Amino acid sequence: MTAQADVRQHPSGSTDGAEAKDPHPTPSTPAEPSSGTGWTEVCPLEKLQPERGVCALVGGEPVAVFRTHDDRLFALHNVDPFSNASVLSRGVVGDLGGTPVVASPLYKQHFALESGQALEDETVRVATYPVRVVNGTVEVGA
Amino acid sequence: MNPRTVVVVGHGMVGHRFVESLRRLDTEDAWKVVVLAEENRPAYDRVALSSYVGDASAEDLTLDEHSDPLVELHLDEPVTGMDLAARTVRTAKGRDVAYDELVIATGSVPFVPPVPGRDLDNVFVYRTLDDLDGLRAAAETAIANAGAGRRAGVVVGGGLLGLEAANALRQLGLSPHVVEMAPRLMPVQVDEGGGALLQRLVSDLGLRVHTGVSTSSIAPDHRGGLTVTLSDDTELDASVVVFSAGIRPADSLAREVGLEVGERGGVLVDDRCRTSAEHVWAIGEVAAVKGRTYGLVAPGYAMAEVVAERLTGGDGRFSEADMSTKLKLLGVDVASFGDAHAASPGALEVTLNDPVAGTYSKLVVSDDATTLLGGILVGDASNYETLRGFLGENLPGDPMSLIAPAGDGAVGVGVDALPDGAQICSCNAVTKGALVAAITSGEATTVPQLKACTRAGTTCGSCVPTLGKVLASCGVEVSKSLCEHFSQSRAELYEIVMATGLRTFSEIVGQYGTGRGCDICKPAVASMLATLAGGHVLDGESATLQDTNDHFLANMQRNGTYSVVPRLPGGEVTPEGLIAIGSVAKDFGLYTKITGGQRIDMFGARVDDLPKIWRRLVDAGFESGHAYGKSLRTVKSCVGTDWCRYGVQDSVGLAVALELRYRGLRSPHKLKSGVSGCARECAEARSKDFGIIATETGWNLYLGGNGGFTPRHAELIASDLDTTTLVRTIDRFLMFYIRTADRLQRTAPWMESLEGGIDHLRDVIMSDSLGICTSLDEQMARHVEGYADEWAAVLEDPEKLERFTSFVNAPGTPDPTIEFVDHLGRRVPAGMKDGQPTDLAALGLGGVPITDGARIPMGAPA
Ligand SMILES: Cc1cc2nc3c(=O)[nH]c(=O)nc-3n(C[C@H](O)[C@H](O)[C@H](O)COP(=O)(O)OP(=O)(O)OC[C@H]3O[C@@H](n4cnc5c(N)ncnc54)[C@H](O)[C@@H]3O)c2cc1C
Ligand code: SF4
Repeated sequence: MTAQADVRQHPSGSTDGAEAKDPHPTPSTPAEPSSGTGWTEVCPLEKLQPERGVCALVGGEPVAVFRTHDDRLFALHNVDPFSNASVLSRGVVGDLGGTPVVASPLYKQHFALESGQALEDETVRVATYPVRVVNGTVEVGA
Repeated sequence: MNPRTVVVVGHGMVGHRFVESLRRLDTEDAWKVVVLAEENRPAYDRVALSSYVGDASAEDLTLDEHSDPLVELHLDEPVTGMDLAARTVRTAKGRDVAYDELVIATGSVPFVPPVPGRDLDNVFVYRTLDDLDGLRAAAETAIANAGAGRRAGVVVGGGLLGLEAANALRQLGLSPHVVEMAPRLMPVQVDEGGGALLQRLVSDLGLRVHTGVSTSSIAPDHRGGLTVTLSDDTELDASVVVFSAGIRPADSLAREVGLEVGERGGVLVDDRCRTSAEHVWAIGEVAAVKGRTYGLVAPGYAMAEVVAERLTGGDGRFSEADMSTKLKLLGVDVASFGDAHAASPGALEVTLNDPVAGTYSKLVVSDDATTLLGGILVGDASNYETLRGFLGENLPGDPMSLIAPAGDGAVGVGVDALPDGAQICSCNAVTKGALVAAITSGEATTVPQLKACTRAGTTCGSCVPTLGKVLASCGVEVSKSLCEHFSQSRAELYEIVMATGLRTFSEIVGQYGTGRGCDICKPAVASMLATLAGGHVLDGESATLQDTNDHFLANMQRNGTYSVVPRLPGGEVTPEGLIAIGSVAKDFGLYTKITGGQRIDMFGARVDDLPKIWRRLVDAGFESGHAYGKSLRTVKSCVGTDWCRYGVQDSVGLAVALELRYRGLRSPHKLKSGVSGCARECAEARSKDFGIIATETGWNLYLGGNGGFTPRHAELIASDLDTTTLVRTIDRFLMFYIRTADRLQRTAPWMESLEGGIDHLRDVIMSDSLGICTSLDEQMARHVEGYADEWAAVLEDPEKLERFTSFVNAPGTPDPTIEFVDHLGRRVPAGMKDGQPTDLAALGLGGVPITDGARIPMGAPA
C-alpha cells in the first residue's frame, strides 16, 4: 500500500481540487505526458459523474477518484481500512459539517475527501493523491 | 435488631406489589419477607395474560424479580393450613413457617358452574400461564387431528375475560362461540345499547355469540371432540371449552381457621386491610374490603400499599376504588368507567348512538350536567383516558360535545384541559400531576422513561398513548430529523416530495435542506423518489443517491464482492431454472446457499462479472430478486392445496401473485411476506411484515411481524378476507407504511409507534378514516404498472454497463485484492474474519463424531 504519510500534495499544474468546471479545460501549465512522469490517466472527465466515484489502477494500487457537485476532484486509496476491502469508490459521496466525505459502503465510516481522515476514528486515515485534468482527461499522480 | 418476619401467601400481582412496596418503605430493614407461592413460576402480569397466546413469552410477562436479600421466594410450595395461635403456616412440603405478620394474597379461583362434563379433558379455565399452555396444546392437537374440518371452541361467559378468551381461541386457530347467560355481552360494564352494538362488532370479527342461554352439558362426541348443549337445545361441536363465568375469592384457608368472610365470599377486612384475626392481613382479589371484593388489579395494588405502609409505621387506608375497565383485545373498543349504569341519585345520561359509524357513547353526569360521574364507550374508546381523567371533576364543556364525532361541533378533550389530580394510569394510581412533575424535573423525556420513573403504563398499558400526549403538552419534543441535512422526519419529507412534485435530490436538498446530503438522506430520498416518480434507479442523478448495493444491483459482501439473487416468486423454481442457476454458479465460481426466504443466493461475484452473470440469468428467464434493495424481498409459501393434505387454499398461487405485484417496491426498509395454506402455518407467515394464513372461507391477514433482532409476531388485522379485499388491504398497508415510517424502520417498530396501534391502522386502511385510501390505491396501481426488471434494463444500456468494472482505466483487469480460499470445505473470501473458526475443533465440533454419508447406519438393528 502507498505510504500512509502521503497526505494529498498538489504538484504544480494539478487542479488542486479546484477548477475543473470546464469539462475541457486548458491546463494552466502545459500538460506533461501521462506516462512515465508519475501521472496516470483515469478516464475522460465527462465520464466521472459528480458525487459518484470510480476506481483506477495507479501504479498497481487501486485508487478511488471522486468529483464533487462543485466540480472539485479528489483521489483516495480505494481500500477501506476498516474492512480491508477495496471498495471506497463505491460509497455514497456527500458532506458532513460542510466537509466533503465518502461513506464506506461496508461499515459506513466517513472519510474526508480532502485529507483521507476517518471522521469516526482520528487514528485512521487513507492515503490521498493529487488529481488534475489534462485535455479533458482526469489523471492521478502517484 | 433482628428483622421480624412477614409471611406472604401467594405470589400473584398483588403479593408481588406488596413485597416491592414493603422493601421500598422499610428503609431500616425491620422486615424479612417469606413468600410462599402455589404457582411454579414467579409473579407475572396476569392482566396481560392473553398476550401469551400472541406475541409475549412467559419471560416478557414476568414481573421484576425481587432483588433484596431480605426476600425469600418459595415457588411451588402452597400453604395448606394456618395456625393462628402458634403464628405459623404449614406448606405442602410439610414445613411450618413462623410469622410475625401474615399477609393473605391468594387471589381468586375461576368459578366453574356445575355443568355435567366440566371435568372432561379439553375443558379449561382461563387464569394462569399453565391454563394457557394447556389450551394451546389442545388447540394444536385439535387442528392437527381434525383434517380440513372447521375447529371450534366454546367460551362459557361473555364478560370481559370471556371475550379475551374468545380472542385467544381465535388466535390459536379455532373459531370461537361465546355463551352468555345475560341478554347481552359484558353485562357488568355496558348497558343495553352498548351491548347491542358490541355484539354486532364482535360478530363481524367472526365470534359467534349466544346470549340469554346457559350451558346445559358437555359430552364427548365419537370423533374425540366435545358436544356442548345449550339451554335452548342448541348443540355446538367444539374441540375445547373454556369456562370464564366469573371468579370466586380463594378464601378456603381463611374459612378453615374461622376468619370472618364477606357475605359474597372473600376474607373480610377493614379499610386498613386487617382481618378479624390479629397479625393477619388480606389484600388483592381475596380480600373483601368492608364486604366488597374487587376483581381488578388497581384496587389490589392500593391494598398492598396500605399494608406495606402500616407495617412501616404509616397510616394508609383503602378508599373507594376506580372500577374503570377497557377491553384490551379483539380490535373492538369497549370502555366503561365510573358510575356507568347511572346508579347515583339524580344522575343524567347523555347518549349518542351511531349505528352507521358503529359507535355508542354514553356519559353519566350529575343532575346539573356539570360533573362527570361515569360513562360507556363502544366502538371508539379513543377518548377513554381523557374522559376518565374528568371523573368527579367539572366538565370543560357541554357533555354532548365531548362525545360528538369530530367535526360536529365537538370540542374534544385534550390532556391540557385535565386537572393535575386526574388519574392517568389507574392501575398504578399515577396522576397527571405526577407525570408532569417527572417531566419538568427532567427525569423523563420519553415515554419509556416516564414508565420507568412513575410506573404509569406498566400494567395494562392502556394509558401509554396518553403518556405521549402529556409529554407533548409539556413541550417535550423528540428530534425526528432525518440527518444533519434535513430537519424534517422521513415522513414529513415524503409529504413534501409528494406535494411539491420535486423529482431530484439537488432540488429537494436545495429547497428544503442544507449541504449536499450524505449516506443517510441520499438513499432515503432515492427510495422516496422510486415510489413517487418511478424510473430506473440508475437513471441520471438518481444513480448518485443509491447505496452501493442498489448502485450495483447486488449485495456487497465483506471482501467487496457481491452476492446475486434471482427472483423465485413464492419460492417456486423449475428444474430448468435450477440447472441454469447451477451452471452460472459453476462457471463463475460462486458459493451457493438456500436463503431463509426460499431462494438461492450466489456469493463471490466480482463487480466485472455481474453483467455477464445476469445476461445468462435473464436469458434463462430470471429477473432481479431485489435482495439488494430496501424493498420487497420474498413472499415465502407452503405448498397448500396443491400437495398438502391439510391445505385449504392455494398458498403458492397467492404468494406468487403477491410477489409479482410488489416486486421492486422501494420502502423504508426491507419487506418480507409469507403465505400459509392453513392454520398450521408452515410458511411462518406471522414472522413477516405481512403474513397471510388461509382459512376455509378466505384469508387471515397479519401485519407487522419480524424475525431478526427483535422478534415480533404479526398482529391480525382482519379475518376471512376474500382475495380482492386482501390484496387491497395489503396495498394500502404497504403504501401507508412507505409514506409514514422512519428511515430503516421495519413494519414491526412502525406499528408499535403508531398511536392507536393495529386498531388505528385498521381504521385508516379498512375504514378510510383519514380519507387517503384512494390515493394509496392509485399510488400502488402506478407501481404495479410501472414495474420493469432493473437488471434487464441495465443489460440494454451501454452507459449503465460501464459502471461494472473494477478499474475504469484498465477494464478487464481483475481486482487483485479479491481472493478466495477453501475453508472447511466451503469457498469463502481469503482473510479470516473475527469469530471465524479455524477448524471444526475451534467451532466446538471437534469432539462430535460426524458421520459421513457412506457411513450412515442404514437399516441397522436398533
Ligand atoms: C385474562 C385476565 C385478564 C385480566 N385483565 C384485567 C384488566 O384488564 N384490568 C385489571 O385491572 N385486572 C384484570 N385482570 C384481573 C387481575 O389479573 C387480578 O385482579 C390480579 O391479578 C389480582 O391479583 P392477586 O395477587 O390478588 O391475585 P392473583 O394474581 O390471582 O395471585 C394469587 C396467587 O396466589 C396463589 N395462591 C393461591 N392460593 C395459594 C396458597 N394456598 N398458597 C400459596 N399461593 C396461593 C395463586 O396461585 C396465585 O399465583 C385480569 C385477569 C385475567 C385472568
Ligand atoms: S400451512 Fe401449508 S404446508 Fe403447512 S399444513 Fe397448512 S397447508 Fe400444509
